[in-house]
Amino acid sequence: MSTAFEKSARTRWLALSPTYLIIGIFMMIPLCIMIGISFMEQNVYGGVHPNVSFAAYQQILFETDFDENLVFDPSYLVIIGRSLLLAGIATVVTVLVGFPVAYYIARQNERRRNLLIFLVTLPFWTNMLIRIFAWLLILGRGGVIDAPLRFLGVLDADGSLGLLYSPGAVVLGLTYTYLPLMVLPIYASLEKLDFRLVEAAADLYSNKWGAIRHVVIPLTGPGIAAGAILVFIPCMGDFITVDMLGGAKNLMLGTLVQFQFSTARNWPFGSAVAAILLIFVICNMLLYARFTRAERQRSGS
Amino acid sequence: MIKTVKTGAIAAVMGLMSSAAFAEELHLYNWTDYTSPELLEKFEAETGIKVVVDTYDSNETLLAKLQTGATGYDVVFPSQHFVEIMVKEDLLQKIDIKGMSNYANVVEKFQNPPWDPTQEYSVPWHWGSASVQYRSDLYDGKVESLKEFFEPSDQVNGRLQVFKSADEVFTLASLYLDVPFCTEDPQDAKRILELLKGQKESVLLYSSESMTDRLANGEVVMASAWNGDTMKGRLDANENIVYAFPKEGVVGWFDSIVVPKGASNVEAAKKFLNFMMAPENIAINANFARYATAITGAEDHFEADMVGAPELATPTVPVVFAEACSDKGQKLIEKVWTQLLK
Repeated sequence: MSTAFEKSARTRWLALSPTYLIIGIFMMIPLCIMIGISFMEQNVYGGVHPNVSFAAYQQILFETDFDENLVFDPSYLVIIGRSLLLAGIATVVTVLVGFPVAYYIARQNERRRNLLIFLVTLPFWTNMLIRIFAWLLILGRGGVIDAPLRFLGVLDADGSLGLLYSPGAVVLGLTYTYLPLMVLPIYASLEKLDFRLVEAAADLYSNKWGAIRHVVIPLTGPGIAAGAILVFIPCMGDFITVDMLGGAKNLMLGTLVQFQFSTARNWPFGSAVAAILLIFVICNMLLYARFTRAERQRSGS
Repeated sequence: MIKTVKTGAIAAVMGLMSSAAFAEELHLYNWTDYTSPELLEKFEAETGIKVVVDTYDSNETLLAKLQTGATGYDVVFPSQHFVEIMVKEDLLQKIDIKGMSNYANVVEKFQNPPWDPTQEYSVPWHWGSASVQYRSDLYDGKVESLKEFFEPSDQVNGRLQVFKSADEVFTLASLYLDVPFCTEDPQDAKRILELLKGQKESVLLYSSESMTDRLANGEVVMASAWNGDTMKGRLDANENIVYAFPKEGVVGWFDSIVVPKGASNVEAAKKFLNFMMAPENIAINANFARYATAITGAEDHFEADMVGAPELATPTVPVVFAEACSDKGQKLIEKVWTQLLK
């Protein structure tokens, strides 16, 4: 005999089953394949031999050098560090640029607000490769930035600032690409913000900066955190921007994975690096979850 | 009555299906800037098969794609040593190439080549060499030695483009250091790495695409090169682009057309293979891509500027063909490239 409760539980499971199926088939299975491959033996011409091996994980820290000794090799830690650094810088810059933009939009009347939000999302309508190509023309030798400087005599006729194919260009590209992902969540939390609180702060003799620091930023914290995660994670894994604006001269986590599957043909190692990338993402999400829970508890009490 | 309507409907559906079958497709996966649109138009007009083109930038990319399983590509264009690897890895289909009507056109010395000794897998496409190209008006030297490429002068500093392919860079560096291709000696690999690290100081970017475009607009003054690509750039973009034949030699390559396992339309692929062994057809692509062919009589259909072109001249310097490396040699190449870009 089934009770009403059991019945409703069963209906709930049935109703949710498509979600479980989709997550199971399109997310969990590929993930398991990836992790499985990371514990297999490399076939030098691509693919894997189905033998259990921990070589991929060992390779992250140790390398047989040219004299055939197994030595500690920090190369991959350097790459991970570089990725963390560039993604971190890009995230900070998007916050610095995105917050004022979101704040400005939130203070407009509704009609204008909707138009401005539409404009923020507009770049997503164009293919990303084309947008990155545009930066090649802007930053490149004799491009949009160099040309007027040459005309003004700041640069020689054949001179260049050499902006393109540098870490700076990569950060710029990442910032540009992922800025909307920062503006939108901040805007969402600013939109809910009761601006009478800001007025109240002013009534209590707070200056503008004080009000922003002690009222606006704490209340929009979850929005900023959500934006930071949305920007940081794809920055860590990005390889198109890094390749095109960085000139493929230094590997980052994303390009390292791509390199393992294309040129190096080391699938287990590529999978192991991807697994590490995944761990970063999960850590980020856990931090965020903790942060929002703490936030909710604080505002609840 | 109802039955008639039903039959009619079935007939209509079958008609639709057969017309869908008639609209055949051939999925072609080739190097960037390597397939003449005019050639495809002619093939489509003659056979009624629609050609869908996708492109790649290196043999490694192609191999990686095929290794991941059924890709649906019907014809692909690997270089000689990658044909060998693909055969070894069981990625290609055997085709009765010798039984094809146009097989007799293949130049005799290119029949049964070392990488496909019984000619069961590959039909010749183009061949040429890899070396260095430079802007003669922006660079004072003549690249008489690969030293000017691997240990560049200040003039080239920050204005050098290098292949984004470990395989191609490694072979060229081996040539310069007089190390055997696919060396298995770690000390040789170490020397190559030191050389490439020194060169990297001057490198603007690693990319195997848009080399002549960047030379034409002066973004770089020297770059890796394939002879036909240089010729195309010289004729279409900037007359000062020069292909160098350094004294150490150039790296030879020979691209073939093969049919991968997992091809979705083998019959169309066979038609394409036979089509490409006709001199007038391969000549259309030669006029576009600016590379030599292995088909007798193709020269008769060449455009005037192909004749006597310096890029296509028989080199007076050594031409060394790249080979398929052993596991050990391949591992060293990978290690050098990772250390270089870490």
